[in-house]
Amino acid sequence: MTQGRNQITAWLLLLPAVVLLAAFTHIPAVMTLVNSFYNTPRGARPAKFVGVSHYTDMLSDPVFLAALKNNAIYAIGTVPVAIGLAMLMALIVNSSIRGKGLLRMSFFLPTILPMIAVANIWLFFYTPGYGLIDRFLGLFGFAERNWLGDGSTALGSLMVLAVWKEAGFFMIFYLAALQQISPSLGEAAALEGAGRWYFFRRVTFPLLMPTTLFVLINAIINSFRLIDHVIVMTRGGPDNASTLLLYYIYQTAFRFWDTGYAAALTMVLLALLAALAFVQFGILDRRVHYK
Amino acid sequence: MLNISGKWIGAALLGAGLSFGVAQAAPVEISLYYPVAIGGPVTKIVDDLITRFEAANPDIKVKAIYSGTYSETISKSLTAFKAGQPPELAVMLSADVFTLIDEGAIAPVDDFTKTDDDKAWLAGFSPVFMLNSKNEDKTWGIPFQRGTTIFFWNKDAFKQAGLNPDVGPQNWDEVVDFATKLTKRDAGGNVTQWGMQVPSSLTSYWLLQGYVAQNGGTIADISGTKTYFDAPEVVEGLQYWTDLALKHKVMKPGVIEWATNPKDFFEGRAAMITITSGNLTNVKANAPFPFGVQMLPEHKKRGAPTSGGNIFIFNGTAPEKQQAAFQFVKWLTSADQAAEWSIKTGYIAPRDDAWNTPAMQAYVKEFPGAAVPHDQIPYMVPELSTHENQRVARVIDDGIEAALTGSKTPAQAMSDAQQEADRILKQYR
Repeated sequence: MTQGRNQITAWLLLLPAVVLLAAFTHIPAVMTLVNSFYNTPRGARPAKFVGVSHYTDMLSDPVFLAALKNNAIYAIGTVPVAIGLAMLMALIVNSSIRGKGLLRMSFFLPTILPMIAVANIWLFFYTPGYGLIDRFLGLFGFAERNWLGDGSTALGSLMVLAVWKEAGFFMIFYLAALQQISPSLGEAAALEGAGRWYFFRRVTFPLLMPTTLFVLINAIINSFRLIDHVIVMTRGGPDNASTLLLYYIYQTAFRFWDTGYAAALTMVLLALLAALAFVQFGILDRRVHYK
Repeated sequence: MLNISGKWIGAALLGAGLSFGVAQAAPVEISLYYPVAIGGPVTKIVDDLITRFEAANPDIKVKAIYSGTYSETISKSLTAFKAGQPPELAVMLSADVFTLIDEGAIAPVDDFTKTDDDKAWLAGFSPVFMLNSKNEDKTWGIPFQRGTTIFFWNKDAFKQAGLNPDVGPQNWDEVVDFATKLTKRDAGGNVTQWGMQVPSSLTSYWLLQGYVAQNGGTIADISGTKTYFDAPEVVEGLQYWTDLALKHKVMKPGVIEWATNPKDFFEGRAAMITITSGNLTNVKANAPFPFGVQMLPEHKKRGAPTSGGNIFIFNGTAPEKQQAAFQFVKWLTSADQAAEWSIKTGYIAPRDDAWNTPAMQAYVKEFPGAAVPHDQIPYMVPELSTHENQRVARVIDDGIEAALTGSKTPAQAMSDAQQEADRILKQYR
């Protein structure tokens, strides 16, 4: 009897979390999967089962392929740079230089600004002719450039903004991790006559690995999740040179109203993120802890 | 960005109904989604018009909700419609009419025109503006903020370049010729003043339509099921446009933002621009130099695109609300208000009787430039409007961007765009 009572109590305790998770994660995910096999209902026309044709259409959809390629470039380009920069900034503000507080604040500032505001500020930086960047480069005799209106620089311009915005956020994690490292390690290394670079390479860096993994996962997910600055700054243009996957999903769902195809695109994004998370947690996680 | 969902509006309506213990029946509340597409104090002008309407019609309350750009507005209204909470009215692109019909989201205006006065009001719109509003003998949208593109030039820059400041370029060749004379470079070869500038960051197909019309072609069929993106007239039009930047080097290369285009003109960084007529008032107020304004230069003939927003009445709201919405629309688009709206914003009043009001007559006398869009009406062509319009428009915009940035030739870009458009539209034929 008590066994049953315990069971009930346990389930009741779990209930709020189960309801929330089901309502906002599991049921929508399953519905998205189901919807991705149907075409979009319009007005009076109901949805028709179309099997995997959305998925086969994708392979010949130039915009989807461009978005996939751009997203890969975006992730590979921004994640390592942002992480490296974050580590460097953390080391700087963790050392005993003067004006530490001011530095910490200025490194962290971009993170607390809302993305839309930041995108608008940078939109002005990039304005051809009288934007900050062209004005600054103009001092050295460079010609004005149409940064966001040129296919070869649009994506890069967005990536610079992303690094600037993300690095300060990741710095906080590294700073916390650095403060956890016991000072006795540093003292021992000093007695042994190890140089600073050697100490960083052999002690600090390995001890920061779990943090690096955590930040890496966050950074990669972020790089597939960020679209606000695309909407504000380039709208995916010119000619899809800066379209990212999530922006294309947003367009397909809420501008073209092709919800069936958007559901299929969403499943691709989900599968991609799941695969990345699996690689990181399943494989890397076992190798980062310093024993 | 304010994100106001239909539910929120519903709650607000309930709240409004419950919170004031009014003695008489509560007024009918209707909401209007309104996109802000041009510079200037547009929201104030709209609020002011609404206040006057409410004073004359105390039984109706109109709530204007400023909903971002045109494409954000259609997204929001359709989302609200699908969630069962549509606004009663929304100003959306006239070209999106097929999308709205396919979704079953809008009610034909003919359902509401009952009296002779109503019918006379509906018959008073200029035919060219009804081309994007009618389909299968029904009227689906009411022309409200319609525009076209017109041509501005900086008279001071003309003087400096040794050109007659009172005469703008009249045809394609003259544009190239004038722009070449107007493009100024510093000692290092960097351009300090571009000769010509045409915006291309959004709805660039629309500017292309001007070139295509002047070239004697058309970009799409009025039925909304066929496009002619790869027709020679279209490719030549795009070739001319891209040549300005890439061959003659008299226009900034790459995609040019709508927002910075008038600013570049005011700052003296672009001597001639093509821009929407909706910017007339903006240019008049902010250009720090004497400027000229004229119809678009011609090529084989004169031609210009029409564009802009219609007001749509939504399905899925209570009949008395739809009726109130109709009353408001009729008032807003009648001669006096249409003239006032046109004077304050620069949009074209889409009715002849608005052009004959004393206020408009006086305004045109004081500022002859205001008559330019009106003079262009005989040469206007309907805007690109197809089923799944946003998607088809995006396809051709991508093609134009590819040509302007030099990543594809105009012919290649247009044939790719035509292929995509065919793929999208084949199910509607």
